[in-house]
Amino acid sequence: MDFSTPPYLLKNASVQRVMLQVLAALLPGIAAYVWIFGPIILVQLALTTATALAAEAAMLKLREKPLAMFVSDGSAIVTAWLIALTFPPLSPWWLVVAGTLFAVVIAKHLYGGLGQNPFNPAMVAFAVCIVSFPALMSQWPSVGLQVSFADQARVVFGMMPRLDAISGATPLDTLKTALKLEEGTVSVTQLLADQTVYGFFAGRGWEWVTGGYLLGGIFLLWRGIISWHAPLSFIAGLTLLSGALWAWHPAQFANPFFHLFSGGAMLGAWFIVTDPVSGCTTTKGKLIFGFVAGALAYLIRVFGGYPDGVAFAVLLMNICVPLIDHYTQPAIFGMKDKP
Amino acid sequence: MISAIAIMALGAVVLGALLGYASIKFRVEGDPLVEKIEAILPQTQCGQCGYPGCRPYAEAINKGEADINLCPPGGMEGVQRLADLLGREVKPLEAEEKPKAVAFIDEQTCIGCTLCIQACPVDAIVGAAKQMHTIIADLCTGCELCVPPCPVECISMPQITENLDNWKWKYPVIELKKVA
Amino acid sequence: MLSLFKFKGGVKPQTNKTQSVSEPIAVAPLPSRLFVPLHQSIGGTPQPLVQAGDRVLKGQLIGAADGWISSAVHAPTSGTVRTIAEHVAAHPSGLTTLSVEIEPDGKDEWIERTPIDYATLPPERVRELLREAGVVGLGGAVFPTHGKLTASKTVPMDELVINGAECEPFITCDDLLMRERAEEVIRGVGIFRDLLQPKRVLIGIEDNKPEAVAALQAAVAKLGEKFEVIAVPTRYPAGGAKQLIRVLTGKEVPSTKRSTDLGVQCFNVATAYTAWRAVTHGEPVISRIVTLTGNVERPRNWEALIGTPLSEFVALGQPKADTNGYLMGGPMMGFEMPAMDAPLVKATNCIIAGSPTLFPPKAPEMPCIRCGECAKVCPHELQPFEMYWFSRAHNFGKTQEYHIFDCIECGCCSFVCPSRIPLVQYFRFAKSEIWAREKEKNAADQAKARFEWKTEREEREKAEKAEKLARAAAAQAAKKAAEAAAAAATPAAASDATPEPATETAVAVTAQALLPAATEPATTTDAPVDAEAAKKAAIAAAMERARAQRAAIQPKNTENLTLLQQKDIAAVDALRQQAGIEPSPAAEAEEPKS
Repeated sequence: MDFSTPPYLLKNASVQRVMLQVLAALLPGIAAYVWIFGPIILVQLALTTATALAAEAAMLKLREKPLAMFVSDGSAIVTAWLIALTFPPLSPWWLVVAGTLFAVVIAKHLYGGLGQNPFNPAMVAFAVCIVSFPALMSQWPSVGLQVSFADQARVVFGMMPRLDAISGATPLDTLKTALKLEEGTVSVTQLLADQTVYGFFAGRGWEWVTGGYLLGGIFLLWRGIISWHAPLSFIAGLTLLSGALWAWHPAQFANPFFHLFSGGAMLGAWFIVTDPVSGCTTTKGKLIFGFVAGALAYLIRVFGGYPDGVAFAVLLMNICVPLIDHYTQPAIFGMKDKP
Repeated sequence: MISAIAIMALGAVVLGALLGYASIKFRVEGDPLVEKIEAILPQTQCGQCGYPGCRPYAEAINKGEADINLCPPGGMEGVQRLADLLGREVKPLEAEEKPKAVAFIDEQTCIGCTLCIQACPVDAIVGAAKQMHTIIADLCTGCELCVPPCPVECISMPQITENLDNWKWKYPVIELKKVA
Repeated sequence: MLSLFKFKGGVKPQTNKTQSVSEPIAVAPLPSRLFVPLHQSIGGTPQPLVQAGDRVLKGQLIGAADGWISSAVHAPTSGTVRTIAEHVAAHPSGLTTLSVEIEPDGKDEWIERTPIDYATLPPERVRELLREAGVVGLGGAVFPTHGKLTASKTVPMDELVINGAECEPFITCDDLLMRERAEEVIRGVGIFRDLLQPKRVLIGIEDNKPEAVAALQAAVAKLGEKFEVIAVPTRYPAGGAKQLIRVLTGKEVPSTKRSTDLGVQCFNVATAYTAWRAVTHGEPVISRIVTLTGNVERPRNWEALIGTPLSEFVALGQPKADTNGYLMGGPMMGFEMPAMDAPLVKATNCIIAGSPTLFPPKAPEMPCIRCGECAKVCPHELQPFEMYWFSRAHNFGKTQEYHIFDCIECGCCSFVCPSRIPLVQYFRFAKSEIWAREKEKNAADQAKARFEWKTEREEREKAEKAEKLARAAAAQAAKKAAEAAAAAATPAAASDATPEPATETAVAVTAQALLPAATEPATTTDAPVDAEAAKKAAIAAAMERARAQRAAIQPKNTENLTLLQQKDIAAVDALRQQAGIEPSPAAEAEEPKS
């Protein structure tokens, strides 16, 4: 029993298992995506996965770490899929590749590799790209427009010029621009009634994708991979703030349901704020992290310059994680009555 | 233009006055850095650094007269901690670092001359004139100042070996890949 | 019915207990050699009382307890002491410890055992009996039991908790002890109850041992005691003292307090059994029940002698061919025995034969992903991953901020870690580093203090010497001045005109007496010779003073001489006369001084 240390019996667990279950939980959302917007997202997923694995292998070689066990742990694939799902599906291939490279090389390995990154790598990639290429990152496909898969692929690989007709703004963006343009002459409820843009409650087509993410999140909860604190407090933060403002001025602010099911809110709630490496570890900390991130996401969405604030909200909270963790340490066994 | 310069100058004067006042009002008495340096030194009082004790060496380091790598009993760890405290460069030790040892008097050879008792800086030797001398092992720091004065060379410095009392758990090393 | 409390965390590993409970406890045959370590408990190391070549009887004291927190060691069987030497210890380091090697003579002859009714003895005497009998905690911590049998002076003893939980997988020695020797266990608990006087006695057993629960309940009923035998939910580590106290009483004992400060004390069932045997039957602790299980043909429990070499013990179970090591203790907290001739000691509750299939080699350690699984299962509600990060960074101050000394090293965190990090090993490393540093710091502080005292003392001595010299010089100068003055005045007036600031009366007297003798040369000679003569006179005066002092010494041991001493003195005097030396002062004292 060389090199063996107690305990000699271990529970069946591994990093790979955790990561594979996260990937499985993303599948419902991806399925809805393909159903609504076509299979181009699978191309993006493949692109990002390949880039992420190649980048990880290269970085591990440079850092002289054993390749097999680290590349197979699946954490790079999770990052890759999250990038593919948060970037517009018709983004040029070089944009997603650049984003993935930035995430894996700089946001993950230059900080020390698995388990050492203070920022969520997928959110770093999103933030860097949206700040560098704001126009490209706001071109989302309008639903209902029938473009063949072949044409979509050509757009992605730069072989066809980007048609304005194919890409437009997300429902969130549309609402924001509409409100700004109409300058108070039209109410949110009126705008939202347009089902061609806004679907049943949150954005035509998008509501099914975010619904898929919600299902995946519940799966992860059931398997014990994540705890309820961060996702539910994120949803609470977003709901409370949006609900309060909507109750105050329903003409100016959209209802909380809309906010929850549009943009990256559901993906963020169940897959981004629950990232164990960059998030809080104490239960009270998770509650604070989620709540403030949700509130911040709403504020950036409504009052900020970007259509979706989840990425920036999460990055801002990542900075606060050590501080929150330090002050929310729970009392230990035997020391609970101490002040 | 003139007003901008004037305002900047005024700002500088006000802030300078505040700093001057603070440096006088909140001055820390004594020289705490010397205490911190001394706390890092191992208190062997052996003189291998060239100074008659750990306190004079600490004061010399503080004044900048002495380098931080002159203390063998402190080892590289001591040099590292001094470097961290003072922001100086880490240098390898001047003298070779010897493993920790404790003095031992061969009682068959001891003649009871008390020269070693006078030499020991921490009074770790018990004895009297023409009586047997012996080292109190728990108090001995291993400074070796007693070895030269002994006229019959009865003092040896056996190394402290690992036993069940001083055994420590080692840093866990797990094999990831075979090296060479 | 007692309502039970819960403790957070804990895991449920495979119990692997059924293999070793199908057969009753068997008494192990005498081994060919016994290596009995002297230091088998927490606290001081006993000094050996026997030498190589001595014949010892079964139960004979071979190492007396050293200090209050220490426990005695006895010969497990009759035989001859071969050597007292360093022998490999049952310790993960593989280092040696002073052990008494006994060669059994096969007769297994006991010392004279006197049964005692402990109710007639005062409590201090009972505690001493336990100390002399070598009774220590047999749950694994081997703390001398007598040290735990005093209630706190300020906090009344509410509950006495008896630990029959045995939560670790594979181990079944306490289970079978409770099933087969329940009455003696309960009687032993009675001794503890009488010494501590608690309000309630609670015996906790995990609910996967229904036979043991039934046996103890039957014994309690038969003996008419009011102990409560309670089945606690099976979850590792419910058998940890603090965890069991929490489950049965709701009290949480932190690492900074003793459990008696909260009015509760905990003992293992095997300890209670040995306490009974020791006090009532006069049998010291020389054997214990050890579970032999794992990769063996016949897993079962054996009553083995302390000091049995591992090789002879495991042969009783016929280990299978692919066995690659032996664990002492359970798979969660046990360690690998360093050598096959390492002995069984009082702490050995189980020996597990390991094989590559039973304990497969572990996957390599991955980096921590801060998933928090370890914090979920920690029974002390600590943050193991934080302690791990800081232990790795050698930032031991921070590990203490995260309460590393509250860690009981149960292994739950390492059990669940998806990155397969051996967390407990990092904590053990950090703890021993912290202790080593504390020791070094204490030694350094002490050395510094002693150095300062020595410097102070040297300076004081120097100052005193200088002062004395100065005073002596002043006295000389004054004397010379007085001489000069006396020389100028009449010789008759000289004797009472000297201002003598001497502190010793003898000096003053002799100086006075000698002064006339000294002044005469001064009056008749010239000035330079005056100084020379004065110096000579001073030397003569000093010698006179010394002689007077010697004469004035009263030896303290010359009165009331015994006959033997007088005979000695007479013999020495005879020798002196033969050698032509002066007779001793003692003889002189009887004659009047000339």
